[in-house]
Amino acid sequence: MTSKRPDGRKNDELRPIKAEVGIIPNADGSALFAFGDTLAIAAVYGPKKLHPQHMQNPATGILRCNYALLSFSVSERIRPGPNRRAKEISKVTEWALAPALDLKAFPNTVVDIEIYILQADAGTRTAGINAASMALAHAGIPMKDLVCSLAAGKNDKELILDLTKTEEDYEEGEGATDFAFAKLANHDEFTLLQMDGKIQPESFIELKKMSIAACDEIYEAQKSALKKVVENNGTENNKK
Amino acid sequence: MSTMETSNLTKEKLRNMFAEGKRFDSRGLFDFRDLEIELDVSNKAEGSARVRLGKTEVIAGVKLEIGEPYSDSPDKGNLMVSGDLLPIASPRFEAGPPGFEAIELPRLVDRAIRSSEILDFSKLVIKSGEKVWTVIVDVYPINDDGNLIDAATIAALVALRKAKFPELGKDGKINYKKKGTLLPLAKDIVPISLSFYKLGDSLFLDPTREEEEASDTRISFGISKWNGQYMLNSCQKKGAVSLSSSEIDEMMKIITQKFDELDAKLKSMIK
Amino acid sequence: MKEEINEAPEAHENDSSFDSSKKRKVVVPGEIIVCGEDFLPGEGTRREGENIVANKFGLAEEQGRVIKLISIFGAFVPRRGNVVIGRVTDITHAGWLVDIDSATSGFLPIEESPRFINRNEMDQYLAIGDVISAKIWSVKSRGIDLTLKGKGLGKLENGFIFNIIPSRVPRVIGREGSMVNLIKERTGCNITVGQNGWIWIRGSSIDEEIKARKAIELVSEKVHLGGLTELVENWFEKNE
Repeated sequence: MTSKRPDGRKNDELRPIKAEVGIIPNADGSALFAFGDTLAIAAVYGPKKLHPQHMQNPATGILRCNYALLSFSVSERIRPGPNRRAKEISKVTEWALAPALDLKAFPNTVVDIEIYILQADAGTRTAGINAASMALAHAGIPMKDLVCSLAAGKNDKELILDLTKTEEDYEEGEGATDFAFAKLANHDEFTLLQMDGKIQPESFIELKKMSIAACDEIYEAQKSALKKVVENNGTENNKK
Repeated sequence: MSTMETSNLTKEKLRNMFAEGKRFDSRGLFDFRDLEIELDVSNKAEGSARVRLGKTEVIAGVKLEIGEPYSDSPDKGNLMVSGDLLPIASPRFEAGPPGFEAIELPRLVDRAIRSSEILDFSKLVIKSGEKVWTVIVDVYPINDDGNLIDAATIAALVALRKAKFPELGKDGKINYKKKGTLLPLAKDIVPISLSFYKLGDSLFLDPTREEEEASDTRISFGISKWNGQYMLNSCQKKGAVSLSSSEIDEMMKIITQKFDELDAKLKSMIK
Repeated sequence: MKEEINEAPEAHENDSSFDSSKKRKVVVPGEIIVCGEDFLPGEGTRREGENIVANKFGLAEEQGRVIKLISIFGAFVPRRGNVVIGRVTDITHAGWLVDIDSATSGFLPIEESPRFINRNEMDQYLAIGDVISAKIWSVKSRGIDLTLKGKGLGKLENGFIFNIIPSRVPRVIGREGSMVNLIKERTGCNITVGQNGWIWIRGSSIDEEIKARKAIELVSEKVHLGGLTELVENWFEKNE
């Protein structure tokens, strides 16, 4: 059956994934994640002291996310500076990751996550979440699980995964629907659900099913990238 | 990563080490760390590059936009170098409005490049007095292990060298998906930044972050060759510690030799 | 006044949990380590139904029935009794504020100096920028209290300090101090390893000090490699 997608992918096929951990030596944890041409890097600094003091939480550390598109990551240059879209994405990213973390052992501290998009071809927030998830683990932060994220959607009536910018801009028939998902890798917990478009509830359930299956591929890439860091240091990895 | 400030004893140790010509990574005082260059870091940029100097990493991207020329130069396009010290690169960089160092870095890169006259502004004109190209270079440190200025200048230079005009349609709209010719850059001009650091009575180049944080002062020179002649294009001294006349002489003795080394390396790495 | 520190046997804490002969498995957060009701979740792990699951990125190890996780990355978690190296950042009437590179700041009360210090001579004993080797005697959410009373503790003079990832400290110290002692012997340097990852070296020549630092950095990078002692001995042979 021939693909209807511009790049020839099957409807439930993800773009080629690239995942790498430890790309920023100064950071406590760092990683890169790419879906095809969409490339995100993330760095974690913390847990560290939170200033000003009135923002501290004596019961737990807090998570703070900053997401931004680098000015040359898109065709039309983005002027550096505060940006409402970026602020919203920073917040939903924080909400997508927080349920996976356990910061009770670090009261009055903050864990800062910086996510930058080097190259944008849709799905940037999902690539960012995948990179941040690896970076948090790399930083040795206690976590319930890794977080896997992807963008699912619809072009007219076709349910598809990991949309490109062209597919996000699709206008024929029922147009484009774009759904960003994130969930804990090994648990039935969705931490990010964001959508724009037109989609029937049954199709949404179908998309959810497709996305859960696709998360396996993301999780394997994240695990592999993390484990490579240790193996490159010469650990004898004796499997039980 | 640590934000602990340099301790008295470490600063003293580094001062003594430099006085004996020694460094923790066994380099000479004027040796540069290993240089790595990667092109096309972002396919959405007209040109882009990633430069690593030891563990210091900077990426630069070039975007072209159309705008009006300045009223006093109707036949010239524009260059703008921008950037920021993003928190990703160091626990010392904070979010928020740029501090002095964040403002200074792109300005130093700008002057080293602009004053070398590598870019022919007259060839950036679309319609005299009305429409010209603006070349915008954004430099972003990704990991700060010292000497961001020199690394950022190399990144900006390489990104510019590889940058291509986007296609300009007859309707005046830019099609960024189509790439045209390279930018009008003089082939034989290579602007390089060389920043000399000082600690005690010793001068050194290309510090690690540890060495940079212990240093007393820094002076950055932009240097290139023009008509076969070495030309200093820019210069800026940082901080409130002074330099002596003989220290400046010493720098001038070394600077052309270091320029030649870096120039040769860059030429071999970017064809 | 100079306080010489010659040997600091108390400064090295034994970490008998490091045994390079044990089998280990690299795991990521949320990953199942073993399945079975017989196993017990040790540090860094938890039980989920039948499974023992990792709470962090690290090396999972079986110790009898207990499954333990060794952190490879992660912030320094200060504990009472830890010996740490810190830098004085401020002087108050009550004592010295000390940066020990942890989320909570350190404080050395004036009463905890090794001998009586007059309140007006505080900066003559310890000035801003000076370095101390101190023991943690209390950890509270608002601050960590330090003491200089004890063998091997006090102001550090000459030499230099540098840092490694805190979780690597046990490896740099080695079983009963074997690794750090090897490095001391080969370089003739005094070395104090703080649990917070900061290390002080003072030798009779700059060349020996540089060598000692390189050896320590080599050990801390080749984390959990078997035969590390031999590797280091060979490195010293090559770098005479």
